[in-house]
Amino acid sequence: MKIEILGMGCPKCKKLTQNAQQAVAELGIEAEIIKVEELDKITEYGVMMTPALVIDGEVKVAGKIPSKQEIMTWIKEKNN
Amino acid sequence: MGECCCNNTKIRLIYSCSGCADVGELADQVARKLTREGYGKMTCLASISAGISGTIASAKGADENVAIDGCSVACARKTLENIGVKPTETYILTDMYLEKGKTAISEEIIAVVSEQIKQGTVSEAQSKEEQDKNKNTECSCGSC
Repeated sequence: MKIEILGMGCPKCKKLTQNAQQAVAELGIEAEIIKVEELDKITEYGVMMTPALVIDGEVKVAGKIPSKQEIMTWIKEKNN
Repeated sequence: MGECCCNNTKIRLIYSCSGCADVGELADQVARKLTREGYGKMTCLASISAGISGTIASAKGADENVAIDGCSVACARKTLENIGVKPTETYILTDMYLEKGKTAISEEIIAVVSEQIKQGTVSEAQSKEEQDKNKNTECSCGSC
């Protein structure tokens, strides 16, 4: 699984990265967590605000920090 | 791209129907002008229809979503509603004394409509009056 955190490196982006790392650790799955900070790459996803979370190419949320629990739910959905 | 949510600024996204009629073209031009003037940020309605996840997630995450439709078919508003987003502001240009098929696109009209949206001078009373006028329009079937 590939999880991308879109954002320019602000505190909220870091918090989102932390939540994603905790979700992955708690589920015990193998996932690659990548920070995407280049504006060109962020805009390619069509997001209008950051931070944003992308799981296997699908933007799940933009402009908000989802909780660890929410991220775990999305990961489970993707794995089913 | 618009904003980082760390900026704590209100994120207002603008969607125009951008339909093929003159009022659709006007809606598009008004949305672009409002973006240039910093009222909000225009984003692609077609992208939502195409199911692009980033645009959909942005609509769901924005503080405000403004739908500008040329006519009462209201494609912009309905497209947002189809993804579960209720626009915070909706405008239908034919409710603002503009007639579909008879509206010239000029800098002046673009400016007037943009200003009305920014100033919130598109009153409910005005819209209601227009709606009432439409109700009194004769049916074309000729039998009622």
